[in-house]
Amino acid sequence: MEWNHQQFPPVDQVGIQERVARFITRSLKKETKSKALRLALSMIDLTTLEGKDTPGKIEQVCHKALHPCDDIQGLPLVAAVCVYPIYVSTAKKCLENSSVKVASVATGFPSGNVPLNLKIEETLYAVDHGADEIDMVISRGEFLIGNYNFVYDEIAAIKAACGAARLKVILETGELSTLDNVRKASELAIAAGADFIKTSTGKIQPAATMPVTLVMLETIKDHFLRTNRLVGMKPAGGISTSKVALQYLVMLHETLGERWMTNEWFRFGASSLANDIVLQLGKERRGVYFSKNYVSSD
Amino acid sequence: MKNNFEWKYSPAPESTEHIKIDPRYDLFINGKFVKPLSKTYFETSDPATGKMLASMAHANEKDVNTAVLAAKTAYDKTWKKMPGKERGKYIFRIARMIQERAREFAIIESLNGGKPIRESRDFDIPLAANHFSYYAGWADKLDYAFPNRTPKSLGVVGQIIPWNFPLLMAAWKIAPALATGNTVVLKPAETTSLTALKLAELIRDCDLPPGVVNIVTGFGNTGAALVNHSLVNKIAFTGSTGVGKLIQKSIAGTSKKLSLELGGKGAHLVFDDAPINQAVEGIVNGIFFNQGHVCCAGSRLYVQENVASEVITKLKARMQTLIVGDPLDKNTDIGAINSEGQLKKIKDYIQLGKNEGLEIYQPECGIPTKGFFCKPTLIIGAGQSSRLVQEEIFGPVLSIQTFRTIEEVIEKANQVPYGLSAGVWTDKGSKIFNLTSKLRAGVIWANTYNKFDPTSPFGGYKESGFGREGGLHGLQPYLSF
Repeated sequence: MEWNHQQFPPVDQVGIQERVARFITRSLKKETKSKALRLALSMIDLTTLEGKDTPGKIEQVCHKALHPCDDIQGLPLVAAVCVYPIYVSTAKKCLENSSVKVASVATGFPSGNVPLNLKIEETLYAVDHGADEIDMVISRGEFLIGNYNFVYDEIAAIKAACGAARLKVILETGELSTLDNVRKASELAIAAGADFIKTSTGKIQPAATMPVTLVMLETIKDHFLRTNRLVGMKPAGGISTSKVALQYLVMLHETLGERWMTNEWFRFGASSLANDIVLQLGKERRGVYFSKNYVSSD
Repeated sequence: MKNNFEWKYSPAPESTEHIKIDPRYDLFINGKFVKPLSKTYFETSDPATGKMLASMAHANEKDVNTAVLAAKTAYDKTWKKMPGKERGKYIFRIARMIQERAREFAIIESLNGGKPIRESRDFDIPLAANHFSYYAGWADKLDYAFPNRTPKSLGVVGQIIPWNFPLLMAAWKIAPALATGNTVVLKPAETTSLTALKLAELIRDCDLPPGVVNIVTGFGNTGAALVNHSLVNKIAFTGSTGVGKLIQKSIAGTSKKLSLELGGKGAHLVFDDAPINQAVEGIVNGIFFNQGHVCCAGSRLYVQENVASEVITKLKARMQTLIVGDPLDKNTDIGAINSEGQLKKIKDYIQLGKNEGLEIYQPECGIPTKGFFCKPTLIIGAGQSSRLVQEEIFGPVLSIQTFRTIEEVIEKANQVPYGLSAGVWTDKGSKIFNLTSKLRAGVIWANTYNKFDPTSPFGGYKESGFGREGGLHGLQPYLSF
């Protein structure tokens, strides 16, 4: 199949912004809020993607994934821990026998500017060491010059290399500049076999925003209406408070509905969101906020 | 983890405890509240609960006469002679005081009119204040607005406004009239006079010279007395086409100026190259805004046939997420129908659709058992000649038709007695410009709907009326040259 720029439906930026403004005024309180926060916690891909990561840091993050806050009973575990390929085996060892998945970024993250054979090799390396999920980046340079076939073929090749691992495709929307481009990239990724589409690496500003996420959710919805196939969504970067996370869940519910309201089809890529949710849930139990000193910062 | 709980928004109603509504309101004449000579009062209620809110004076011919005389005296003695710069200061003051009391106005507007607080808070009240500040700016610049034409004020202006945007319509009427140096007698609609009376209190408190603005509450006979009063120099009316025609008849042969903003049956056109998801949002906003009690509502949807099923499927899904209920709850998307009579009229139209054998769609949402509520409704496939397509329903009811060619849709869009508004959804700029010159409507929105701004003129073609409100054009109906 040949891709060209005319194949993509247009997006109206003003309309998207107006729709988003409606989501953020919905109110969730008390029991619904508490359950929604627990759901949000279960959707987190706890992430550490730094040059200065160490095996020790990875172990800490994995411990946190397994014990978000032992003080509060019945808390769900996060969905996954997201790391660089060399730490996949460390994470895998820590998370064995738990429901928490190991996700690995791959394909020359965050820029993606390496040849395809190396991208495939990196993906295979991560999968061989036990990654359950691969977070790849698209080649934004090729996308922006209109080489859609290149982008499509690359995603399809990585999907093949993933085998049983689920593939999340990072569009890095902060570099795509328009919502029309976000729509195009989402269409390409979904058509090429993405199990999830993801906004950002977290290395570029702006990272996840509600308008961008809405465009991606709409692409998922349209794909579902055409093919009945579900695709997951992962906004990543910049979602650090419970309040914002709940606004994303409102948007998810009103755009895609009940079937996506699970960590099988929706994730938050975040490092500090889990802490804020724990603080909020702790407040519900105690009636007051406790100090951040009681929550580990990793 | 599976999502094993019901996703339900929590009620977040605005508190009404700090709102002060007097049990009884008199007429606002010559800067004071005065007892009506008619000695009669009528009640106004909350359409969402049926609860009585206040009673207010029913002005008769004598009361209207007192008000007009007060306006005439204020015009001759004070307002006519006051420099524009000074008039402007008063109008700015009104704008600021509305902003200061915005929350109070918003809550009363929702209580008395049934519209969701989201709209009264974010749309009606801020826009009303904006209209005052915008026209305040023109007060000392009229000579520059109409160079070489020496604009002059008219005198006493009689203004009659509808119940769908009570405070906003009062602002649309009063602000340009004062800026151009006229004095005003305003009659608000009988079901929704509370915010106009609150505006009267505000005008009293801001020291506007007595008699410059007078507000008389009442029914049709009050309006008729105002229209027929010999000292009134101009009538500005917003409301139904039927009443508009009556007004035009009664002032025929007099020197009174007239501007009318009447009914509408807005055509909303969706082409296959449109951003469909946003178009669906625009359709929802176009027809369900203020329960469809909007003269410029996009109540006739024309969808290009190759995207019709997609648009209708998505529209239905979107309607499932709409929340109908307590107007004071900030989650509410669609509030209460303004009156029992209006609800019956809307239901009769829906019944007509059923009788015509058309597909009627309503979402599964619940509606309150008390008060006047109507589910958002689609009527699919009505013929162009059907009353459902030709007549203004003034409720949350959208008729949907399909079209194949652009010529066909232009013809259909124009084939109604009205010509107030239209909307076009397409990604192609050239198509938009082609359509804006061929659709006979006063306002045409492209890739959006129901956008208002004080700087932009608003008004109709054909039986939707004449004269413009808003912008530079909105000054003209209140001036002679």
